[in-house]
Amino acid sequence: MNYYGEGITYLKKVETKGSLIVLEGPDGSGRSTQVDMITTKLEADGHAVITTGLKRSELIGAGILEAKHKLPLGKKTLALFYAADFADQLEHKVIPALHAGYVVLADRYIYTLMARSSVRGISRSWSHDLFGFAIQPDLVFYLDVPPVELFHRVFQKYGTLDYYESGADIGLSDDLFESFVLYQRGIAKEFRLMEEKYGIVRIDGGRPVAEVNVDLQKRIDSYLGSLRRR
Amino acid sequence: MPRTGRKGRLIVVEGIDGSGKSTQLHLLDKWLRSIGVSVFFTEWNSSDVVKEITSKGKKKALLTPTTFCLLHATDFADRYERNISPLLEAGYFVLADRYIYTAFARDIVRGCNPTWVRKVYSFAIVPDAAFYFRVPPDVGMARILEGRPKLKYYEAGMDLNLSNDEYESYRIFQSRIVDQYESMVKKDGLIVIDGTLDIEKQQEMMRQRVRRLIPAAKPRVPILDQKEVALY
Repeated sequence: MNYYGEGITYLKKVETKGSLIVLEGPDGSGRSTQVDMITTKLEADGHAVITTGLKRSELIGAGILEAKHKLPLGKKTLALFYAADFADQLEHKVIPALHAGYVVLADRYIYTLMARSSVRGISRSWSHDLFGFAIQPDLVFYLDVPPVELFHRVFQKYGTLDYYESGADIGLSDDLFESFVLYQRGIAKEFRLMEEKYGIVRIDGGRPVAEVNVDLQKRIDSYLGSLRRR
Repeated sequence: MPRTGRKGRLIVVEGIDGSGKSTQLHLLDKWLRSIGVSVFFTEWNSSDVVKEITSKGKKKALLTPTTFCLLHATDFADRYERNISPLLEAGYFVLADRYIYTAFARDIVRGCNPTWVRKVYSFAIVPDAAFYFRVPPDVGMARILEGRPKLKYYEAGMDLNLSNDEYESYRIFQSRIVDQYESMVKKDGLIVIDGTLDIEKQQEMMRQRVRRLIPAAKPRVPILDQKEVALY
């Protein structure tokens, strides 16, 4: 198990038998659908799987939503709040599961958080340092979908745009459509900048669900197969 | 740590529980206001947004050192972005009862990586004066226990498994915090005040240091307290 930075120094060296696989991508990229499909397939193949995501820690997850609705939060406050939620899940769920030999499927990971912060003007190096306690995943995929296509998907699904996901808090444009597109373009750009450094594999998410799934599944199976042969 | 071209001044007090730092800051606050300086007071772990969630987690005793650190950093960032930073820009004297040094001491004692903790807080500016009230752990402990026989779980450092006895745990925890503060005195330029001296004497020393930070012409801005500012 490798960390991005200083790691969690008070934990004894944990031996991990499991794998950490991350799926990244904006709302409407089909991320959650793919996570479900991959889970089903991996379980059918006999792997123990757990999923994790952002804003899901018992302790803090609900608090983030509440706080967002009560008062506008500063950008560093929000970044740290998400990091706390992430840390809680990492230590209580992800690390124990990896230790026990699970395949951990993460529906988003630190990269989304770093991209969001960066678009809001927080320095990339501070974000990187902040997540020095995060584990380096075995595989990271980014579902890339053009912003305009995303807009239609999100609108069809929810009938409305999420305030933060459309970057409304940073005042990119008075027009919500334009704001959404500009914001998502910014996020996509951050992912491109992170690709090499963090080993993120870009997957064309604009294709039909089944096609994307075959692509992802092939890569995952090949990775898990290589572990078995080792 | 960044130094902005701010007009205000940041004065912080640090020390273990029972070191007398809050009393001293209170007296400094009264004095500054009495001479017409615009003052804003803020204390550790007091942001409304974060408080509720932290207390829930603290009750369940579920916080790992990393989560503990990040939640306090969130609290700090909220106060920093909402009050401390803008008010310093506006020329206020910001008085902080505990600042990043508290986080450094506590998080490092809890086992977080020191370099990481400092990176997390790297956005915070260096105070114009950081007073450290030095008292032996036993003195602080005696003062705290005087009026309040029951210790809280995290306050006593029970999460560190130092001892099953919460008083013994508290004693060990506080002395480790003191070690951390002592190591920061030189590194971070903390101004040491002997917290066992008379209250008046300590206050005199503090005012002497702060007096030279007061600009000749006082900024003409209204005096607000934390509650009023929260309305903006």
